[in-house]
Amino acid sequence: MTAELVRGQNHPLPRVRLEIRISAGVPVLAGAALGDEHGTVHGREWVAHPGTPAQPGVEVPRHAAAELGLSVDLGVLPEAVHRVGVFLALPTGTAGPLRFGAVPAPHTTVNSVDGTELVCFTLTGLDAEAAVIALELYRRQGAWKVRGMGQGYAGGLPALLADQGLRDAGDLATTIQEAAARGLPRPIPAPSAEPASRTASTAPPQTPPTPLTSATPLASPAPHGASASAPAAEPSPAYARQNPDDGRGPAPQPPGSQVDYTHPRRTRDAPFPPPAPSPADGQPARPVAGDAVGWSMEERLYNQVWGMFEDLARTTAAYRRAVEFADSRLEQELDHALADPRRRLGTAGDAAREAAHARRTELADQARAALDRDLGQLTAEAEVVEPALPPAYARWDNPVWHAYRVPADPPMALRLGDLHLPESVPLRIPLLVRLPLERGLWIDSGPAAADDDQVPDSAELRHLALEAAVALAARLLAVHPAGAFAVRVIDPAGAGARALLPLTQAGALAAPPATGAAGVAQLLEGLTRRVDLVQMAVRGGAAESLPADVDTAQQLLIVNDFPHGFDERSVTRLRYLADEGPAVGVHLLLVADREDAAAYGPLLDPLWRSLLRLTPLPDDHLADPWVGHAWTYEPSLAPVGGRILREVLAEVVRARTKQQ
Amino acid sequence: MSVNLSKGQAISLEKKDGASLTAVRMGLGWQAAKRRGLFGSRTREIDLDASAVLFAGGKPEDVVFFRHLVSDDGSVRHTGDNLVGGVGQGGDDEAILVDLQRVPVHIDQIVFTVNSFTGQTFQEVQNAFCRLVDETTGQELARYTLAGGGEYTAQIMAKVHRAGSGWTMTAIGAPANGRTFQDLMPTILPHL
Repeated sequence: MTAELVRGQNHPLPRVRLEIRISAGVPVLAGAALGDEHGTVHGREWVAHPGTPAQPGVEVPRHAAAELGLSVDLGVLPEAVHRVGVFLALPTGTAGPLRFGAVPAPHTTVNSVDGTELVCFTLTGLDAEAAVIALELYRRQGAWKVRGMGQGYAGGLPALLADQGLRDAGDLATTIQEAAARGLPRPIPAPSAEPASRTASTAPPQTPPTPLTSATPLASPAPHGASASAPAAEPSPAYARQNPDDGRGPAPQPPGSQVDYTHPRRTRDAPFPPPAPSPADGQPARPVAGDAVGWSMEERLYNQVWGMFEDLARTTAAYRRAVEFADSRLEQELDHALADPRRRLGTAGDAAREAAHARRTELADQARAALDRDLGQLTAEAEVVEPALPPAYARWDNPVWHAYRVPADPPMALRLGDLHLPESVPLRIPLLVRLPLERGLWIDSGPAAADDDQVPDSAELRHLALEAAVALAARLLAVHPAGAFAVRVIDPAGAGARALLPLTQAGALAAPPATGAAGVAQLLEGLTRRVDLVQMAVRGGAAESLPADVDTAQQLLIVNDFPHGFDERSVTRLRYLADEGPAVGVHLLLVADREDAAAYGPLLDPLWRSLLRLTPLPDDHLADPWVGHAWTYEPSLAPVGGRILREVLAEVVRARTKQQ
Repeated sequence: MSVNLSKGQAISLEKKDGASLTAVRMGLGWQAAKRRGLFGSRTREIDLDASAVLFAGGKPEDVVFFRHLVSDDGSVRHTGDNLVGGVGQGGDDEAILVDLQRVPVHIDQIVFTVNSFTGQTFQEVQNAFCRLVDETTGQELARYTLAGGGEYTAQIMAKVHRAGSGWTMTAIGAPANGRTFQDLMPTILPHL
């Protein structure tokens, strides 16, 4: 429960270690001015700013950015400090706007270090101001409070600092602006300047894939997201007792600016919607997309989805255990009733049996009610999260694909499909895995486990499996920057030509599908050479010295109908690629029926185990990392007859051609 | 204004305004006893472990301890193993968070235990306490001091159990011996 402040409102701070997040939509710089009990800032060493970002108890970012984070430890602040003014200013050294009226209203939140949002405040109503005091943390009778300020200065940073009582405010403002400008990100990062970990050629070695059995546990996300089942947040603030004065008047207003008492919610010009309003007592908070920890919206959504995944796994575990317990108790009580010879006949026995059944029903109903309550909340969350997902996480029917543009940066994760449990069929959890892929993928074209009569025949299954592979390949192509990802296909007998049409028609493949034993051998040899060269270059620290003909883009190799067309040598090469490829940007996507490779015996077991098995039809073979339920996986396919896949791939090819 | 519990005393976990608690934290804190002798400055490490056992109808259903930090249903969470204790004097060295609203309907008792993983008895531990905190406000509801530790390596601290629509906490304070919660099961069962 977050308290949303209006200008002048204050709120107690129950925690001493805080994180203040600012999102402004455009790069801004942030600082903190430390004042004594009269609010006076005694010198430039009392100001934390991009030039000297760390002061005792306060740390501010070194450069200007649209998303900023300040950390404050109230317990470490010097005794003399009674007031911390968090200020923002627009950087002067850029072509960016110089008045807050021209940019989205900055949104600030105060969080405890565990990510719980305590207070938020949107700075609305700014116009010609170029610097603003956003929030004020202050000590009152030994306790710290926060106040929403929004005190702007048309004179910019010098005027703001002078108003704090600093004598050399002009000098300090120049220092701050210079320091912030040094750290400003360049407007368009050149592809070669990408962080090393993201480019295929210099990717650091990954941990080896864990061997897995039939029910494949999914790796838990690396930084575990906050989950909705965490202990309840801070109690709802006493909104009604709004007291803007609190013993001392707000700082003097500059001429022309007026105190804006309108509620920020009514002016929806924040970069993204502010969190849900404080709910009424006992009502769960209205879910919000991105309601999790993370440095970016993308990471927050990733953590939120994994949080929903965990919550659904756990609430289902609670339900299943409770029903199991109710059943076993019923059995015991019935046994007990039977064991008593006096009660075996007659009304006493009937009554005991009836009572036992009633107790079972009551507990099972209670368990169902608890599950339904949680499912309702998770469904509501899914309803706001799904539409907010970026292309890499979105279903193909998400409107975000209609506005598709080739991205400038690769995403941090990819949606492989949907997961659900039988108790909560309509609720689908996106299966997100981190990129670059740490292990290869295997789409099983073998006989489906489903026992209904409508199981397609083998040829149809192979086609569906390759279709699922094509949808994944198209998604990978689409979410990487132009030219940063290449897809190659081995289709030894040409059997997959129909399913491959979306890729071949658009010209999205790096080369036509390899056919025949010779084609297979040649393509595998090329990729093996690439893996070897990149490995050598990475070990020698000489990524620049790769031969010009080595494609440094990440590679996805789709192998259809494995092991047809493979001789022993090719199989060995493929196993080598599966082991060594992921660390240097070569990824496998096998479409295969394991039975076809039975002739190889246990030789290929390590290969199968190293791949993440997916299915073309819904199948419950994936286990979550917390409780180990069997989740039903469904591939994410483009709508039948839709044009979206074709349009997206055309855009990918267009961007790639333009780049060359 | 927290209640100091004595052995066997029960308190109801209902707030004064009648609303029941939603989240509580069972905190455990201790300090190693000061050693006399030649190398008195050398501190000996004592590893106490807090565990919570979830019971349904007298049978253990799930347990939260340092190797299983979250109950499968997600309602009980351990903040992590502390191997030495006594870092913050008077603060919690290990804590177990219970979201009472999310405890599965069939779980009727949660028993909190502490045991000495390194084998020292409570005679070598000072200022050991267990306390129950309202996690939503940070207010301490009850505190139970492990006074007179004696020649024991474990203690059944307290239990929270369903009473009507709400929950009640009962201090147990029964001594026991054992390295992990499994060894304590025979001692726990009479207190259910």
